[in-house]
Amino acid sequence: MNGFEPKIVAFTCNWCSYAAADLAGTSRIHYPSNVRIIRVMCSGMIDPIYVLRAFEAGFDGVLLAGCHIGDCHYISGNMRAEERTAKLRRLLHTLGLEDERLKLEWISAAEGGGFAETIKEYVGQLKQLGPSPLRKEATA
Amino acid sequence: MTLEQVVNETKAFYCLECGKCSGSCPVSRHNPAYSPRMLVENALMGLENDLVHARELFSCLTCYACSLKCPSDVDYPLFIQKTRALASTRGEHGACAHSGTLQALSRLMASPAIKQRRLEWLSNGYRIAAQSDALFFVGCAPYFEPFFEDIGVESLQPAKGSLRILNSLGIEPVILEDEKCCGHDLLWTGDVAGFKALAEHNADIIKKAGVKKIVFSCAECYRTFKEDYPKYVSIDCELQHISELLSARIDKDGLDLKEVKKKVTYHDPCRLGRHLGIYEPPRDVLKAIPGMELVEMSRNREDSLCCGTSAFTNCDLYSKQIRVERLLEAKSTGAEVLITSCPKCQIHFKCAMVSKGKEKGPDVEIAVMDWAEFVASALGVEDEQQQ
Repeated sequence: MNGFEPKIVAFTCNWCSYAAADLAGTSRIHYPSNVRIIRVMCSGMIDPIYVLRAFEAGFDGVLLAGCHIGDCHYISGNMRAEERTAKLRRLLHTLGLEDERLKLEWISAAEGGGFAETIKEYVGQLKQLGPSPLRKEATA
Repeated sequence: MTLEQVVNETKAFYCLECGKCSGSCPVSRHNPAYSPRMLVENALMGLENDLVHARELFSCLTCYACSLKCPSDVDYPLFIQKTRALASTRGEHGACAHSGTLQALSRLMASPAIKQRRLEWLSNGYRIAAQSDALFFVGCAPYFEPFFEDIGVESLQPAKGSLRILNSLGIEPVILEDEKCCGHDLLWTGDVAGFKALAEHNADIIKKAGVKKIVFSCAECYRTFKEDYPKYVSIDCELQHISELLSARIDKDGLDLKEVKKKVTYHDPCRLGRHLGIYEPPRDVLKAIPGMELVEMSRNREDSLCCGTSAFTNCDLYSKQIRVERLLEAKSTGAEVLITSCPKCQIHFKCAMVSKGKEKGPDVEIAVMDWAEFVASALGVEDEQQQ
């Protein structure tokens, strides 16, 4: 796939992963611009519909990021996110989408470098995988 | 489609304003703000804005209880279906349950680029054929299975049970991997374009499969194929519900049914009952099972109460109240098992049982089983996974 630039939407939690993205920015760490970040209060509030809508809109990958297990600002929101992700993976699998198109990652507020690494790695992975079958070429 | 066309097509202009619809409506009983008569009235007065933006437009269960009572033969559910399509063009989609995830899955499925992996639940225990006269239409069960697992519903059981029944009758059906949702939920929430895409796809692959008969275990798929598909696509096949197929066999050759010592009651799903008038075949088979006692709820057959939600839209407190009402009715018969032949009725009933704490309300626990699953076990064909 020549010149394919994947489009990623990342749902990051307010307390850890969004702060990590912020830290990556203030520390001037470079990472690919393929990602659109949406801040949510907690990874536990990411409804399956957010992910499905992202695929409907033609995104190639969806990244869900929250606090490490045990560190959730709301105690157990990230555990919910983990359960929901497992459920969503099965739905997406049945729909015929590759498992890699949905990624769940725990990134703490101190891990600015980790955030940048995650994005770099994910962009590489999606470049190998190719575009989503649901991608709308007109907006690509 | 204009409001005038909706009124003309559904013969709503025959309305006498007698209010029998509101009197027989299970939603109106709990939610005084909802009145079928008022919605028709608004349509007749041309109050399009009031109608399409009414929250209540999506509260209708489309259960057909009102239409059966209507002295003027107004097709109220069709009126709702078409008005919702009109509302959808004006940006109203109702308050879809689960944030619309299930409708989104149907829409994603409608994309031609999607290559599903929907048959992974099939194991060697089931005999299916690459070419056959009969096709078994699975429906959305492979998606419901993970989605409703946490409320204790095994959504694939109706499909598995039906396959076991078919196999025991010596029928090896075709099952298509690229079969898509029948579009029922999209149609009843106003997304006609999405429905049409799904219908065209299904009609196309069924034509290519060259089958003569399609068997359903899901009451909604069956209704959609029988009543809604002919308006958009042509399906040149005989359509049959698994209960019709089996009851016809019992009449002809009799069946070797094992003894099941249980007291059960049967809940008529709206789609199979009032929509299609199939009341007796599922009961005939249940009655043929030796040792089993079939007791009826006080409201049965065409008077049956809906399970409280349809097309996964506007599932609210009133839906819950209707469910509790029905479950209490089932319990009052003294039955051990509530049998239904619609996978969604089962989902909605089980959902009403999981409420905890303050929301718990009366004790509505009763075993709920799908008709096909129950009958398959009485036929002595066990699920190979349980062996």
